[in-house]
Amino acid sequence: MQAGKIVVQNLYKVFGPQPQEAIQLLKQGWSKEKILAERGAVIGVSDVSFSVNEGEIFVLMGLSGSGKSTLIRLINRLIEPSAGDVYIDGQNVARLSRQKLIELRRRDMSMVFQSFALMPSRTVLENAAFGLEIAGDGRKQRERRAMEVLEQVGLASFADKYPHELSGGMQQRVGLARALAVDPSLMIMDEAFSALDPLKRREMQDILLDLQKKHRRTIIFVSHDIEEAMRIGSRIAIMEGGRLIQVGTPKELIENPANDYVRNFFNTVDTSRYLTAGQLKADSVPLFVHNGKAPDAQTVCKQLLSMDKHYAFIVDEKHSFRGSISLEKIALLVEGGRNLPLEQDLLKPVEPVPEDLPLDSVIQRLVVNEGPIPVVDREGRYSGAISKGRLLSHLRGE
Amino acid sequence: MSEKLDLGSWVNDFVQHLQENYSGAFEQIGSLVSGFSELVEQLLMWPPAWVLIAIFVGLGLWRIGIGFAAFTAAALALIVHTGFWEQTVATLGLTFSSTFISLLLGVPLGIWAAKSERVATVIRPILDFMQTMPAFVYLIPAAMLFGLGRVPGIIATVIFAMPPAVRLTSLGIRQVNKEIVEAGQSFGCNAWQLLFKVQLPNALPSIMAGVNQTIMMALSMVIIASMVGAGGLGNDVLASIQRLDIGLGFESGMAVVLLAIILDRITESFGTPRTASRRRFAWLSMLRLQRQ
Repeated sequence: MQAGKIVVQNLYKVFGPQPQEAIQLLKQGWSKEKILAERGAVIGVSDVSFSVNEGEIFVLMGLSGSGKSTLIRLINRLIEPSAGDVYIDGQNVARLSRQKLIELRRRDMSMVFQSFALMPSRTVLENAAFGLEIAGDGRKQRERRAMEVLEQVGLASFADKYPHELSGGMQQRVGLARALAVDPSLMIMDEAFSALDPLKRREMQDILLDLQKKHRRTIIFVSHDIEEAMRIGSRIAIMEGGRLIQVGTPKELIENPANDYVRNFFNTVDTSRYLTAGQLKADSVPLFVHNGKAPDAQTVCKQLLSMDKHYAFIVDEKHSFRGSISLEKIALLVEGGRNLPLEQDLLKPVEPVPEDLPLDSVIQRLVVNEGPIPVVDREGRYSGAISKGRLLSHLRGE
Repeated sequence: MSEKLDLGSWVNDFVQHLQENYSGAFEQIGSLVSGFSELVEQLLMWPPAWVLIAIFVGLGLWRIGIGFAAFTAAALALIVHTGFWEQTVATLGLTFSSTFISLLLGVPLGIWAAKSERVATVIRPILDFMQTMPAFVYLIPAAMLFGLGRVPGIIATVIFAMPPAVRLTSLGIRQVNKEIVEAGQSFGCNAWQLLFKVQLPNALPSIMAGVNQTIMMALSMVIIASMVGAGGLGNDVLASIQRLDIGLGFESGMAVVLLAIILDRITESFGTPRTASRRRFAWLSMLRLQRQ
């Protein structure tokens, strides 16, 4: 078994008659559509496996109807799985007795809903204390704790109001407080911020990230907003038609989308802040090898002129970066009639950057550096160069 | 089509069969109902008229407002001064007893129907039957089984007035926002907690609408039930019809209408959300603001 706070293995959910038969047919390669047409069964979740690490925000993404809401409800078993296993801290939720399941829900997990799902006849304080009340805490104790979490989400002064007297953003803060009050190690958030306007959504994301900084919880967050997913997600899982298509960090998904469906998610987003030196580098600077004997100025000068380049990089035979030299400097050397070998003292030392350096740092380096900057791979070998022109054309999408 | 299907005689046989074989059971039910309804009536008759009036006026003031309280006072004073107070209280007693029994049976039945599709399917045609079968039709067998008087009146009224309580309880529970129910479950509610802490509180407006309907239907039915000797204002209505006394008919009918309006508005007000009652005192907080 894989390690992780939550481990989901070969999970299926079929709505309709004879789910087991439908699963067999799926395994035989029948399509969802064919099973629906011929057996009347709707495939909600199909053979999903993944694991969520302790303390990460794991974002489930997909278009509506892709099964993400069903999947999270299989994790806390608001919906009964048709087949497969869900381990939370090594305990198989799918096989738990009713009583054990209720205990687990009271003690260890809570949920935040898209429509907030607050009780209209309860005050903000009573709503926040709901989970504790269900777990059997006394009034004094649960209201003290509820007040604490209301303070954390900045709603302490609204404790005596009713939900309908609050704005949407504030209502969801109550929903968040209610979920936090039971001090769960796992929080499931179902499109929790989707009903809010963009500004409020950002504000709630900040509150969530802030809370995460103070107290790391494992969070499964369902969203259809890619910006949101990239902002808060440690990892993102993309679902399509009940299947898990790809799981990875935002960067991994951008760099290596599994298919067009995944790629399309990122189409609308400004992905540039996820660019790294490795993606920006090109083989645009002429390279000369110092293999015990330095290349001589005249050769380099000729080559640069013929290639219409302004800089040359020198590396040693192991491809470690040694330095750069500009055409102007070589031209001066050559004009002075001296055909010197380009030894270290003539080169301009430039600190190479690693391939995983993010875009904003690359820009900083380019600003202070006159010419192109060299990029080296993990072993320190030269792998390419980034020039200002190269960067600008990349950002333009060329 | 030579012979007529004789459904009627089967029913006759059935009622006769009940009468002959289960009279003991009916007697028991009858004495229970009669004991309870007598208790309710005595409770209402016991204080002087003005105490009961004050209670209604007070309720009107608390739940609705000063205007309705004034109307209640005037209406009840009119009933007292036209000499129909005692009959009105008797009718009120019958209405309360029938409503109480209707809710006692109807609300749990409604909960059950909300939880089980099968129960809902079985109950639905029975409720249709209870509501639309002309009331006179089961008033007579009720009288045959329970004897004349208050008891068959209450039994017939319960049959007629219970359906809205069942229907609106069931509807109310089914209509509770799905995510609110999920919220209850996800925080670890067991079945009872889910019912009492999530479903019933959120279904309350609908259930209170059912209570209101039940009371109104009970009130209209206890008037008709005077035909089997249930008593109250119905007696005067019946007498006015028999004697063609239009004046008496108007007076007693008026008392029914006024009672109906008072009961309707007050019970309706309990179905509105909790904060609505605070709004009625909004002018108080406005005064406070102005002083600051």
